[in-house]
Amino acid sequence: MLNNRLAKIIIVVLLLASFFTFAACGSKQPQSQNPSSSSSNTSGTLSGNVTIAGSTALQPLVEQAAKLFMEKYSNVSITVQGGGSGTGLTQVAQGAIDIGNSDIFAEEKLDANTAKSLVDHQVAKVGFAVVVNKDITVDNLTQQQLVDIFTGKITNWKDVGGPDTKIVIINRPASSGTRATFKKVVLKGQEEAAGLALTEDSSGAVKKAVADTKGAISYLALSYVDNTVKALKYEGVEPTAQNIIDGKYPIWSYEHMYTKGEPTGVVKAFLDFMMSDEVQKNLIPKLGFIPIK
Amino acid sequence: MTIDRKYEMARKRQDMAGKVIVFTSAILLIILVISLFYFVASKGLSTFVKDRISLKEFLLSTVWSPDRDIPAVGALPFILGSIFVSVFAIMISGPLGVSSAIFMVEISKKLGQKILQPAIEIFVGIPSVVYGWLGLSVLVPFIGKHFGGLGFSLLAGILVLTIMTLPTITSVSADAIRSLPIEIREASYALGATRWQTIRHVIIPAAKSGILTAIVLGLARAFGEALAVQMVIGNRPVIPKSFLEPMSTITSIITMDMGNTVMGSVWNDALWSLALLLLLISFTFIIIIRLVGRRGMYK
Repeated sequence: MLNNRLAKIIIVVLLLASFFTFAACGSKQPQSQNPSSSSSNTSGTLSGNVTIAGSTALQPLVEQAAKLFMEKYSNVSITVQGGGSGTGLTQVAQGAIDIGNSDIFAEEKLDANTAKSLVDHQVAKVGFAVVVNKDITVDNLTQQQLVDIFTGKITNWKDVGGPDTKIVIINRPASSGTRATFKKVVLKGQEEAAGLALTEDSSGAVKKAVADTKGAISYLALSYVDNTVKALKYEGVEPTAQNIIDGKYPIWSYEHMYTKGEPTGVVKAFLDFMMSDEVQKNLIPKLGFIPIK
Repeated sequence: MTIDRKYEMARKRQDMAGKVIVFTSAILLIILVISLFYFVASKGLSTFVKDRISLKEFLLSTVWSPDRDIPAVGALPFILGSIFVSVFAIMISGPLGVSSAIFMVEISKKLGQKILQPAIEIFVGIPSVVYGWLGLSVLVPFIGKHFGGLGFSLLAGILVLTIMTLPTITSVSADAIRSLPIEIREASYALGATRWQTIRHVIIPAAKSGILTAIVLGLARAFGEALAVQMVIGNRPVIPKSFLEPMSTITSIITMDMGNTVMGSVWNDALWSLALLLLLISFTFIIIIRLVGRRGMYK
Protein backbone atom coordinates (compact mmCIF):
# COMPACT_ATOMS: atom_id res chain seq x y z
CA MET A 1 0.00 0.00 0.00
CA LEU A 2 2.63 2.45 1.15
CA ASN A 3 4.99 1.21 -1.54
CA ASN A 4 2.40 1.76 -4.19
CA ARG A 5 1.74 5.31 -3.06
CA LEU A 6 5.43 6.08 -2.88
CA ALA A 7 5.93 4.78 -6.40
CA LYS A 8 3.14 7.03 -7.65
CA ILE A 9 4.63 10.07 -5.94
CA ILE A 10 8.02 9.33 -7.43
CA ILE A 11 6.62 9.02 -10.92
CA VAL A 12 4.77 12.33 -10.61
CA VAL A 13 7.84 14.11 -9.26
CA LEU A 14 9.99 12.64 -11.99
CA LEU A 15 7.59 13.70 -14.71
CA LEU A 16 7.26 17.21 -13.34
CA ALA A 17 10.99 17.60 -12.94
CA SER A 18 11.82 16.35 -16.40
CA PHE A 19 9.11 18.56 -17.83
CA PHE A 20 10.69 21.60 -16.25
CA THR A 21 14.17 20.58 -17.31
CA PHE A 22 13.06 20.12 -20.88
CA ALA A 23 11.17 23.38 -20.85
CA ALA A 24 14.26 25.14 -19.57
CA CYS A 25 16.41 23.51 -22.23
CA GLY A 26 14.02 24.29 -25.02
CA SER A 27 13.47 27.94 -24.29
CA LYS A 28 15.93 30.55 -25.41
CA GLN A 29 18.16 32.17 -22.86
CA PRO A 30 16.58 35.35 -21.55
CA GLN A 31 18.04 38.38 -23.27
CA SER A 32 18.92 40.40 -20.26
CA GLN A 33 20.27 43.83 -20.99
CA ASN A 34 22.89 43.97 -18.32
CA PRO A 35 23.57 40.40 -17.29
CA SER A 36 26.03 40.55 -14.46
CA SER A 37 27.26 44.09 -14.40
CA SER A 38 25.77 46.46 -11.93
CA SER A 39 26.50 49.99 -12.92
CA SER A 40 28.74 52.30 -10.98
CA ASN A 41 27.39 54.69 -8.40
CA THR A 42 27.58 58.43 -8.71
CA SER A 43 30.16 59.17 -6.02
CA GLY A 44 33.01 58.46 -8.45
CA THR A 45 34.22 55.18 -7.02
CA LEU A 46 33.42 52.29 -9.32
CA SER A 47 31.86 49.07 -8.20
CA GLY A 48 30.34 46.04 -9.86
CA ASN A 49 31.16 42.82 -11.69
CA VAL A 50 32.41 42.32 -15.22
CA THR A 51 32.46 38.93 -16.92
CA ILE A 52 34.75 38.48 -19.91
CA ALA A 53 35.34 35.38 -22.02
CA GLY A 54 36.67 34.36 -25.41
CA SER A 55 39.95 34.37 -27.32
CA THR A 56 42.77 32.57 -25.57
CA ALA A 57 45.31 34.69 -27.45
CA LEU A 58 43.95 37.88 -25.92
CA GLN A 59 43.29 36.34 -22.51
CA PRO A 60 46.69 37.01 -20.87
CA LEU A 61 46.55 40.71 -21.80
CA VAL A 62 43.01 41.19 -20.51
CA GLU A 63 43.83 39.26 -17.35
CA GLN A 64 46.80 41.49 -16.58
CA ALA A 65 44.82 44.63 -17.33
CA ALA A 66 41.96 43.40 -15.12
CA LYS A 67 44.42 42.82 -12.28
CA LEU A 68 45.70 46.39 -12.53
CA PHE A 69 42.15 47.73 -12.78
CA MET A 70 41.02 45.85 -9.70
CA GLU A 71 44.00 47.18 -7.74
CA LYS A 72 42.74 50.68 -8.49
CA TYR A 73 39.06 50.04 -7.80
CA SER A 74 38.74 47.57 -4.97
CA ASN A 75 34.95 47.29 -5.35
CA VAL A 76 35.21 46.04 -8.91
CA SER A 77 35.46 42.34 -9.66
CA ILE A 78 36.47 41.21 -13.15
CA THR A 79 36.43 37.58 -14.28
CA VAL A 80 38.39 36.71 -17.41
CA GLN A 81 37.89 33.33 -19.05
CA GLY A 82 39.13 31.65 -22.22
CA GLY A 83 36.97 29.38 -24.33
CA GLY A 84 37.92 30.62 -27.79
CA SER A 85 36.74 33.46 -30.02
CA GLY A 86 33.59 31.61 -31.06
CA THR A 87 32.55 31.10 -27.46
CA GLY A 88 33.21 34.74 -26.62
CA LEU A 89 31.13 36.01 -29.54
CA THR A 90 28.27 33.56 -28.95
CA GLN A 91 28.02 34.34 -25.27
CA VAL A 92 28.21 38.11 -25.60
CA ALA A 93 25.54 38.00 -28.32
CA GLN A 94 23.33 35.93 -26.01
CA GLY A 95 23.93 38.37 -23.19
CA ALA A 96 25.53 35.73 -20.99
CA ILE A 97 28.72 37.76 -20.52
CA ASP A 98 29.60 41.46 -20.61
CA ILE A 99 32.57 41.41 -22.97
CA GLY A 100 33.44 38.83 -25.62
CA ASN A 101 37.09 38.67 -26.70
CA SER A 102 37.75 37.76 -30.30
CA ASP A 103 40.69 37.49 -32.68
CA ILE A 104 38.52 38.15 -35.69
CA PHE A 105 35.67 40.42 -36.71
CA ALA A 106 32.24 39.33 -35.47
CA GLU A 107 30.88 39.57 -39.03
CA GLU A 108 33.14 36.69 -40.06
CA LYS A 109 31.66 34.31 -37.49
CA LEU A 110 28.13 35.39 -36.64
CA ASP A 111 25.24 35.98 -38.99
CA ALA A 112 24.78 39.60 -40.06
CA ASN A 113 21.87 40.43 -37.75
CA THR A 114 23.52 39.11 -34.62
CA ALA A 115 26.80 40.79 -35.51
CA LYS A 116 25.01 44.14 -35.87
CA SER A 117 23.91 44.07 -32.23
CA LEU A 118 27.53 43.96 -31.08
CA VAL A 119 29.85 46.93 -30.66
CA ASP A 120 33.50 46.41 -31.59
CA HIS A 121 36.30 47.76 -29.36
CA GLN A 122 39.71 47.21 -30.94
CA VAL A 123 42.24 47.18 -28.13
CA ALA A 124 45.47 45.95 -29.68
CA LYS A 125 47.12 44.55 -32.78
CA VAL A 126 48.88 41.26 -32.97
CA GLY A 127 51.52 40.43 -35.56
CA PHE A 128 52.19 37.02 -37.06
CA ALA A 129 55.39 35.58 -38.43
CA VAL A 130 55.90 32.75 -40.88
CA VAL A 131 58.12 30.29 -39.01
CA VAL A 132 60.12 27.32 -40.23
CA ASN A 133 62.29 24.59 -38.74
CA LYS A 134 65.80 25.83 -37.97
CA ASP A 135 67.44 23.53 -40.53
CA ILE A 136 65.77 25.41 -43.38
CA THR A 137 68.22 27.86 -44.93
CA VAL A 138 65.55 30.00 -46.57
CA ASP A 139 65.34 33.53 -45.08
CA ASN A 140 62.61 35.15 -47.10
CA LEU A 141 59.43 34.05 -48.82
CA THR A 142 57.20 36.05 -51.12
CA GLN A 143 53.45 36.03 -50.93
CA GLN A 144 53.23 33.95 -54.13
CA GLN A 145 55.69 31.39 -52.77
CA LEU A 146 53.62 31.03 -49.59
CA VAL A 147 50.44 30.58 -51.61
CA ASP A 148 52.16 27.87 -53.68
CA ILE A 149 53.39 26.12 -50.55
CA PHE A 150 50.09 26.18 -48.67
CA THR A 151 48.00 25.16 -51.67
CA GLY A 152 50.33 22.25 -52.37
CA LYS A 153 51.97 23.48 -55.61
CA ILE A 154 55.43 23.58 -54.08
CA THR A 155 56.23 20.56 -51.92
CA ASN A 156 60.01 20.70 -51.61
CA TRP A 157 62.18 23.39 -50.06
CA LYS A 158 64.64 23.25 -52.97
CA ASP A 159 62.02 24.93 -55.18
CA VAL A 160 62.24 28.10 -53.09
CA GLY A 161 66.02 28.08 -52.72
CA GLY A 162 66.33 25.82 -49.68
CA PRO A 163 67.71 22.35 -49.02
CA ASP A 164 66.27 19.21 -50.67
CA THR A 165 63.72 18.57 -47.91
CA LYS A 166 60.03 17.82 -48.13
CA ILE A 167 57.84 20.68 -46.90
CA VAL A 168 55.66 19.80 -43.92
CA ILE A 169 52.82 22.28 -43.37
CA ILE A 170 51.58 22.68 -39.82
CA ASN A 171 48.25 24.47 -39.51
CA ARG A 172 46.15 25.74 -36.67
CA PRO A 173 42.59 24.35 -36.63
CA ALA A 174 40.40 25.78 -39.38
CA SER A 175 38.35 27.66 -36.80
CA SER A 176 41.34 29.45 -35.25
CA GLY A 177 41.66 33.22 -35.54
CA THR A 178 45.35 32.98 -36.34
CA ARG A 179 44.66 30.73 -39.29
CA ALA A 180 41.83 32.96 -40.45
CA THR A 181 44.16 35.97 -40.46
CA PHE A 182 46.87 34.06 -42.30
CA LYS A 183 44.39 32.83 -44.89
CA LYS A 184 42.96 36.32 -45.41
CA VAL A 185 46.22 38.29 -45.60
CA VAL A 186 48.68 35.86 -47.15
CA LEU A 187 46.59 33.36 -49.10
CA LYS A 188 44.11 36.09 -50.13
CA GLY A 189 41.28 33.71 -49.31
CA GLN A 190 42.51 30.84 -51.49
CA GLU A 191 41.72 27.42 -50.07
CA GLU A 192 44.56 25.28 -48.78
CA ALA A 193 44.92 21.88 -50.38
CA ALA A 194 42.78 19.43 -48.40
CA GLY A 195 44.43 16.78 -46.27
CA LEU A 196 47.92 18.15 -46.77
CA ALA A 197 48.78 19.73 -43.46
CA LEU A 198 49.17 18.60 -39.89
CA THR A 199 47.04 20.49 -37.41
CA GLU A 200 48.09 21.55 -33.93
CA ASP A 201 45.62 22.81 -31.40
CA SER A 202 47.52 25.69 -29.80
CA SER A 203 50.32 28.13 -30.62
CA GLY A 204 52.56 26.38 -28.07
CA ALA A 205 52.04 23.03 -29.78
CA VAL A 206 52.72 24.60 -33.19
CA LYS A 207 56.01 26.01 -31.93
CA LYS A 208 57.09 22.64 -30.58
CA ALA A 209 56.03 20.81 -33.74
CA VAL A 210 57.92 23.25 -35.98
CA ALA A 211 61.01 22.97 -33.80
CA ASP A 212 60.94 19.15 -33.85
CA THR A 213 59.76 18.38 -37.39
CA LYS A 214 62.17 18.42 -40.32
CA GLY A 215 61.06 20.76 -43.09
CA ALA A 216 58.17 22.21 -41.10
CA ILE A 217 56.51 25.55 -41.88
CA SER A 218 53.78 27.32 -39.94
CA TYR A 219 52.73 30.74 -38.64
CA LEU A 220 52.82 32.07 -35.10
CA ALA A 221 51.89 35.20 -33.19
CA LEU A 222 55.02 37.30 -32.62
CA SER A 223 54.74 36.81 -28.86
CA TYR A 224 55.30 33.06 -29.35
CA VAL A 225 58.33 33.32 -31.64
CA ASP A 226 61.61 32.44 -29.91
CA ASN A 227 64.96 30.92 -30.86
CA THR A 228 63.65 27.35 -31.16
CA VAL A 229 62.13 28.26 -34.52
CA LYS A 230 63.18 30.53 -37.37
CA ALA A 231 60.99 33.50 -38.31
CA LEU A 232 61.10 34.37 -42.02
CA LYS A 233 60.96 37.71 -43.76
CA TYR A 234 57.79 38.27 -45.76
CA GLU A 235 58.38 40.03 -49.09
CA GLY A 236 61.76 41.06 -47.67
CA VAL A 237 60.37 42.68 -44.51
CA GLU A 238 61.28 41.49 -41.02
CA PRO A 239 58.32 40.62 -38.81
CA THR A 240 58.79 43.17 -36.03
CA ALA A 241 56.42 45.35 -34.04
CA GLN A 242 58.06 48.47 -35.47
CA ASN A 243 57.54 47.34 -39.07
CA ILE A 244 53.86 46.76 -38.32
CA ILE A 245 53.48 50.19 -36.74
CA ASP A 246 55.21 51.71 -39.76
CA GLY A 247 52.83 49.87 -42.07
CA LYS A 248 55.58 47.88 -43.81
CA TYR A 249 54.61 44.40 -42.61
CA PRO A 250 51.06 43.33 -43.45
CA ILE A 251 50.48 40.09 -41.51
CA TRP A 252 48.68 41.28 -38.40
CA SER A 253 45.16 41.49 -37.06
CA TYR A 254 43.13 43.41 -34.52
CA GLU A 255 42.25 42.02 -31.12
CA HIS A 256 38.61 42.79 -30.44
CA MET A 257 36.55 43.17 -27.30
CA TYR A 258 32.86 43.06 -28.16
CA THR A 259 29.96 44.35 -26.07
CA LYS A 260 26.27 43.97 -26.74
CA GLY A 261 25.15 47.52 -27.42
CA GLU A 262 27.16 50.55 -26.22
CA PRO A 263 28.90 49.76 -22.92
CA THR A 264 27.91 51.59 -19.75
CA GLY A 265 29.16 51.92 -16.20
CA VAL A 266 31.97 49.71 -15.04
CA VAL A 267 32.20 47.86 -18.38
CA LYS A 268 32.81 51.17 -20.16
CA ALA A 269 35.33 52.19 -17.52
CA PHE A 270 37.28 48.99 -18.03
CA LEU A 271 37.26 49.36 -21.83
CA ASP A 272 38.49 52.95 -21.42
CA PHE A 273 41.23 51.62 -19.18
CA MET A 274 42.27 49.19 -21.95
CA MET A 275 42.87 52.25 -24.16
CA SER A 276 44.73 54.24 -21.47
CA ASP A 277 48.46 54.88 -21.70
CA GLU A 278 49.08 52.55 -18.80
CA VAL A 279 47.84 49.57 -20.80
CA GLN A 280 48.71 50.72 -24.31
CA LYS A 281 52.24 51.97 -23.58
CA ASN A 282 53.37 49.50 -20.88
CA LEU A 283 51.35 46.31 -20.72
CA ILE A 284 50.70 45.75 -24.41
CA PRO A 285 54.33 45.89 -25.63
CA LYS A 286 55.43 43.87 -22.60
CA LEU A 287 53.13 40.99 -23.55
CA GLY A 288 54.17 41.02 -27.20
CA PHE A 289 51.14 42.85 -28.59
CA ILE A 290 51.22 46.06 -30.60
CA PRO A 291 49.47 49.17 -29.27
CA ILE A 292 46.59 50.51 -31.29
CA LYS A 293 47.35 54.18 -30.68
CA MET B 1 4.41 3.32 26.90
CA THR B 2 4.56 7.00 25.94
CA ILE B 3 8.32 6.85 25.77
CA ASP B 4 8.07 3.89 23.51
CA ARG B 5 5.63 5.69 21.26
CA LYS B 6 7.81 8.79 21.09
CA TYR B 7 10.77 6.64 20.21
CA GLU B 8 8.72 4.92 17.57
CA MET B 9 7.64 8.26 16.04
CA ALA B 10 11.17 9.59 15.95
CA ARG B 11 12.30 6.44 14.26
CA LYS B 12 9.61 6.73 11.63
CA ARG B 13 10.50 10.35 10.99
CA GLN B 14 14.13 9.44 10.55
CA ASP B 15 13.13 6.64 8.25
CA MET B 16 11.08 9.02 6.15
CA ALA B 17 13.83 11.65 6.03
CA GLY B 18 16.34 9.06 4.93
CA LYS B 19 14.03 7.81 2.22
CA VAL B 20 13.39 11.31 0.91
CA ILE B 21 17.10 12.14 0.73
CA VAL B 22 17.99 8.93 -1.06
CA PHE B 23 15.13 9.15 -3.51
CA THR B 24 15.75 12.80 -4.34
CA SER B 25 19.41 12.08 -5.08
CA ALA B 26 18.48 9.14 -7.24
CA ILE B 27 15.88 11.16 -9.14
CA LEU B 28 18.30 14.07 -9.58
CA LEU B 29 20.84 11.70 -11.06
CA ILE B 30 18.30 10.27 -13.47
CA ILE B 31 17.16 13.76 -14.50
CA LEU B 32 20.77 14.77 -15.04
CA VAL B 33 21.43 11.84 -17.36
CA ILE B 34 18.18 12.36 -19.26
CA SER B 35 18.69 16.10 -19.73
CA LEU B 36 22.31 15.64 -20.75
CA PHE B 37 21.30 13.16 -23.39
CA TYR B 38 18.43 15.40 -24.48
CA PHE B 39 20.73 18.41 -24.83
CA VAL B 40 23.42 16.63 -26.82
CA ALA B 41 20.81 14.91 -28.97
CA SER B 42 18.88 18.10 -29.72
CA LYS B 43 22.09 19.90 -30.69
CA GLY B 44 23.51 16.94 -32.58
CA LEU B 45 20.37 16.20 -34.55
CA SER B 46 20.04 19.77 -35.82
CA THR B 47 22.79 19.00 -38.35
CA PHE B 48 20.33 16.69 -40.03
CA VAL B 49 17.06 18.46 -39.20
CA LYS B 50 17.97 22.14 -39.50
CA ASP B 51 21.01 22.13 -41.78
CA ARG B 52 19.58 19.36 -43.97
CA ILE B 53 22.71 17.30 -44.19
CA SER B 54 21.96 13.66 -44.84
CA LEU B 55 23.00 11.06 -42.31
CA LYS B 56 24.64 9.18 -45.15
CA GLU B 57 26.90 12.12 -46.00
CA PHE B 58 27.82 12.62 -42.36
CA LEU B 59 28.72 8.98 -41.76
CA LEU B 60 30.17 7.98 -45.13
CA SER B 61 31.67 11.04 -46.82
CA THR B 62 35.37 11.75 -46.36
CA VAL B 63 35.25 15.46 -47.14
CA TRP B 64 35.45 17.64 -44.02
CA SER B 65 35.50 21.34 -44.83
CA PRO B 66 32.88 23.10 -42.70
CA ASP B 67 34.74 26.42 -43.12
CA ARG B 68 33.97 26.71 -46.84
CA ASP B 69 30.99 28.55 -48.30
CA ILE B 70 29.24 25.27 -49.04
CA PRO B 71 30.13 23.33 -45.91
CA ALA B 72 30.88 19.62 -46.18
CA VAL B 73 30.83 17.60 -42.99
CA GLY B 74 31.83 14.07 -43.87
CA ALA B 75 32.99 12.52 -40.62
CA LEU B 76 34.17 9.15 -41.89
CA PRO B 77 37.90 9.91 -41.45
CA PHE B 78 37.34 10.73 -37.78
CA ILE B 79 35.10 7.74 -37.10
CA LEU B 80 37.58 5.36 -38.75
CA GLY B 81 40.45 7.15 -37.03
CA SER B 82 38.88 6.63 -33.62
CA ILE B 83 38.21 2.96 -34.39
CA PHE B 84 41.72 2.30 -35.72
CA VAL B 85 43.55 3.95 -32.89
CA SER B 86 41.47 2.35 -30.09
CA VAL B 87 41.17 -1.15 -31.53
CA PHE B 88 44.86 -1.43 -32.32
CA ALA B 89 45.78 -0.07 -28.91
CA ILE B 90 43.57 -2.67 -27.22
CA MET B 91 45.08 -5.41 -29.37
CA ILE B 92 48.39 -4.63 -27.70
CA SER B 93 47.30 -3.64 -24.22
CA GLY B 94 44.68 -6.41 -23.87
CA PRO B 95 47.05 -9.41 -23.91
CA LEU B 96 49.68 -7.44 -21.99
CA GLY B 97 47.22 -6.35 -19.31
CA VAL B 98 45.63 -9.76 -18.84
CA SER B 99 49.05 -11.42 -18.67
CA SER B 100 50.29 -9.06 -16.02
CA ALA B 101 47.04 -9.55 -14.08
CA ILE B 102 47.64 -13.32 -14.11
CA PHE B 103 51.25 -12.78 -13.06
CA MET B 104 50.13 -10.52 -10.24
CA VAL B 105 47.44 -12.80 -8.86
CA GLU B 106 48.48 -16.33 -9.72
CA ILE B 107 52.21 -16.49 -10.24
CA SER B 108 53.99 -14.03 -8.00
CA LYS B 109 51.63 -12.60 -5.41
CA LYS B 110 54.48 -11.05 -3.43
CA LEU B 111 56.03 -9.19 -6.33
CA GLY B 112 52.57 -8.39 -7.63
CA GLN B 113 51.32 -6.82 -4.46
CA LYS B 114 54.54 -5.04 -3.53
CA ILE B 115 55.61 -3.65 -6.88
CA LEU B 116 53.14 -4.21 -9.72
CA GLN B 117 49.96 -3.16 -7.91
CA PRO B 118 51.34 0.21 -6.66
CA ALA B 119 52.95 0.83 -10.05
CA ILE B 120 49.60 0.32 -11.78
CA GLU B 121 47.85 2.57 -9.28
CA ILE B 122 50.37 5.30 -10.04
CA PHE B 123 49.78 4.76 -13.77
CA VAL B 124 46.04 5.24 -13.32
CA GLY B 125 46.60 8.54 -11.55
CA ILE B 126 48.76 10.18 -14.24
CA PRO B 127 46.72 12.87 -16.06
CA SER B 128 46.29 12.34 -19.79
CA VAL B 129 48.01 15.63 -20.65
CA VAL B 130 51.22 14.21 -19.18
CA TYR B 131 50.96 11.16 -21.42
CA GLY B 132 50.34 13.45 -24.37
CA TRP B 133 53.28 15.70 -23.55
CA LEU B 134 55.59 12.70 -23.12
CA GLY B 135 54.30 11.29 -26.39
CA LEU B 136 54.92 14.59 -28.17
CA SER B 137 58.42 15.06 -26.70
CA VAL B 138 59.73 11.47 -26.79
CA LEU B 139 57.58 9.20 -28.92
CA VAL B 140 56.93 11.49 -31.91
CA PRO B 141 60.59 12.38 -32.57
CA PHE B 142 61.58 8.74 -31.96
CA ILE B 143 59.10 7.40 -34.52
CA GLY B 144 60.07 10.10 -37.01
CA LYS B 145 63.74 9.18 -36.69
CA HIS B 146 63.58 5.38 -36.63
CA PHE B 147 60.47 4.43 -38.57
CA GLY B 148 60.26 7.30 -41.05
CA GLY B 149 57.43 9.68 -41.67
CA LEU B 150 56.80 12.74 -39.56
CA GLY B 151 56.41 11.06 -36.22
CA PHE B 152 52.90 12.44 -35.84
CA SER B 153 51.11 9.24 -36.74
CA LEU B 154 48.55 6.57 -36.09
CA LEU B 155 51.36 4.54 -34.52
CA ALA B 156 52.11 7.28 -31.96
CA GLY B 157 48.42 7.44 -31.03
CA ILE B 158 48.23 3.66 -30.65
CA LEU B 159 51.30 3.52 -28.41
CA VAL B 160 50.10 6.35 -26.16
CA LEU B 161 46.68 4.70 -25.81
CA THR B 162 48.27 1.32 -25.14
CA ILE B 163 50.05 2.73 -22.13
CA MET B 164 46.94 4.59 -20.99
CA THR B 165 44.56 1.61 -21.18
CA LEU B 166 47.01 -0.92 -19.75
CA PRO B 167 46.38 -0.10 -16.06
CA THR B 168 42.58 -0.21 -16.51
CA ILE B 169 42.70 -3.62 -18.14
CA THR B 170 45.24 -4.99 -15.68
CA SER B 171 43.48 -3.89 -12.53
CA VAL B 172 39.96 -4.88 -13.60
CA SER B 173 41.00 -8.31 -14.82
CA ALA B 174 43.18 -8.82 -11.73
CA ASP B 175 40.09 -8.16 -9.60
CA ALA B 176 38.11 -10.67 -11.67
CA ILE B 177 40.75 -13.36 -11.26
CA ARG B 178 41.21 -12.61 -7.58
CA SER B 179 37.50 -13.02 -6.88
CA LEU B 180 37.48 -16.63 -8.11
CA PRO B 181 37.03 -19.10 -5.21
CA ILE B 182 40.17 -20.91 -4.08
CA GLU B 183 38.35 -24.26 -4.39
CA ILE B 184 38.46 -24.33 -8.16
CA ARG B 185 42.22 -23.94 -8.09
CA GLU B 186 42.53 -26.63 -5.45
CA ALA B 187 40.29 -28.94 -7.45
CA SER B 188 42.39 -28.40 -10.52
CA TYR B 189 45.65 -29.09 -8.70
CA ALA B 190 44.05 -32.14 -7.05
CA LEU B 191 43.36 -33.55 -10.48
CA GLY B 192 47.05 -33.32 -11.19
CA ALA B 193 47.05 -30.21 -13.39
CA THR B 194 50.19 -28.11 -13.52
CA ARG B 195 50.02 -24.37 -12.74
CA TRP B 196 50.06 -23.47 -16.41
CA GLN B 197 47.25 -25.96 -17.12
CA THR B 198 45.26 -24.54 -14.22
CA ILE B 199 45.67 -21.00 -15.52
CA ARG B 200 44.95 -21.93 -19.11
CA HIS B 201 42.01 -24.28 -18.61
CA VAL B 202 40.47 -23.19 -15.31
CA ILE B 203 41.33 -19.63 -14.27
CA ILE B 204 40.99 -17.86 -17.61
CA PRO B 205 37.71 -19.54 -18.64
CA ALA B 206 36.24 -18.94 -15.19
CA ALA B 207 37.23 -15.26 -15.19
CA LYS B 208 36.28 -14.79 -18.85
CA SER B 209 33.43 -12.36 -18.29
CA GLY B 210 35.52 -10.19 -15.94
CA ILE B 211 38.39 -10.13 -18.41
CA LEU B 212 36.08 -9.21 -21.28
CA THR B 213 34.59 -6.44 -19.16
CA ALA B 214 38.12 -5.16 -18.54
CA ILE B 215 38.85 -5.12 -22.26
CA VAL B 216 35.62 -3.32 -23.15
CA LEU B 217 36.29 -0.77 -20.39
CA GLY B 218 39.75 -0.24 -21.85
CA LEU B 219 38.26 0.19 -25.32
CA ALA B 220 35.73 2.72 -24.00
CA ARG B 221 38.50 4.67 -22.34
CA ALA B 222 40.56 4.62 -25.53
CA PHE B 223 37.60 5.81 -27.58
CA GLY B 224 36.85 8.71 -25.29
CA GLU B 225 40.42 9.88 -24.75
CA ALA B 226 40.93 13.25 -26.39
CA LEU B 227 43.89 15.25 -25.26
CA ALA B 228 46.79 12.80 -25.25
CA VAL B 229 45.83 11.36 -28.61
CA GLN B 230 45.22 14.74 -30.17
CA MET B 231 48.74 15.85 -29.25
CA VAL B 232 50.51 13.03 -31.11
CA ILE B 233 48.41 12.06 -34.15
CA GLY B 234 48.96 15.18 -36.26
CA ASN B 235 45.24 15.85 -36.85
CA ARG B 236 45.12 15.55 -40.61
CA PRO B 237 41.49 15.00 -41.62
CA VAL B 238 42.13 12.04 -43.91
CA ILE B 239 41.94 8.26 -43.51
CA PRO B 240 45.48 7.04 -42.76
CA LYS B 241 46.91 4.61 -45.32
CA SER B 242 49.70 3.38 -43.08
CA PHE B 243 50.65 3.33 -39.41
CA LEU B 244 53.11 6.16 -39.99
CA GLU B 245 50.62 8.64 -41.43
CA PRO B 246 48.92 11.41 -39.48
CA MET B 247 45.17 11.14 -38.86
CA SER B 248 42.29 12.53 -36.80
CA THR B 249 39.83 11.13 -34.30
CA ILE B 250 36.30 12.15 -33.28
CA THR B 251 37.51 13.56 -29.99
CA SER B 252 40.47 15.43 -31.48
CA ILE B 253 38.33 17.31 -33.98
CA ILE B 254 35.85 18.27 -31.25
CA THR B 255 38.49 19.60 -28.87
CA MET B 256 40.24 21.55 -31.62
CA ASP B 257 37.25 23.38 -33.01
CA MET B 258 34.60 23.60 -30.30
CA GLY B 259 35.77 26.85 -28.71
CA ASN B 260 36.21 28.69 -31.96
CA THR B 261 32.95 27.93 -33.71
CA VAL B 262 29.75 29.82 -33.11
CA MET B 263 26.63 28.14 -31.71
CA GLY B 264 24.05 27.47 -34.38
CA SER B 265 26.46 27.34 -37.32
CA VAL B 266 26.65 24.18 -39.43
CA TRP B 267 30.19 23.69 -38.21
CA ASN B 268 29.18 23.81 -34.55
CA ASP B 269 26.18 21.55 -35.17
CA ALA B 270 28.40 19.01 -36.89
CA LEU B 271 30.68 18.95 -33.84
CA TRP B 272 27.62 18.28 -31.66
CA SER B 273 26.65 15.44 -33.98
CA LEU B 274 30.09 13.96 -33.42
CA ALA B 275 29.56 14.33 -29.67
CA LEU B 276 26.22 12.55 -29.99
CA LEU B 277 27.90 9.77 -31.93
CA LEU B 278 30.50 9.44 -29.19
CA LEU B 279 27.76 9.26 -26.57
CA LEU B 280 25.92 6.55 -28.49
CA ILE B 281 29.13 4.57 -28.87
CA SER B 282 29.81 4.73 -25.15
CA PHE B 283 26.22 3.60 -24.46
CA THR B 284 26.87 0.65 -26.72
CA PHE B 285 30.00 -0.19 -24.77
CA ILE B 286 28.08 -0.05 -21.49
CA ILE B 287 25.40 -2.36 -22.87
CA ILE B 288 28.07 -4.79 -24.06
CA ILE B 289 29.66 -4.78 -20.60
CA ARG B 290 26.27 -5.49 -19.02
CA LEU B 291 25.52 -8.35 -21.40
CA VAL B 292 28.96 -9.90 -21.01
CA GLY B 293 28.83 -9.56 -17.25
CA ARG B 294 25.39 -11.14 -17.00
CA ARG B 295 26.00 -14.03 -19.32
CA GLY B 296 29.34 -15.36 -18.30
CA MET B 297 29.18 -14.95 -14.55
CA TYR B 298 30.93 -17.72 -12.69
CA LYS B 299 28.62 -19.35 -10.17
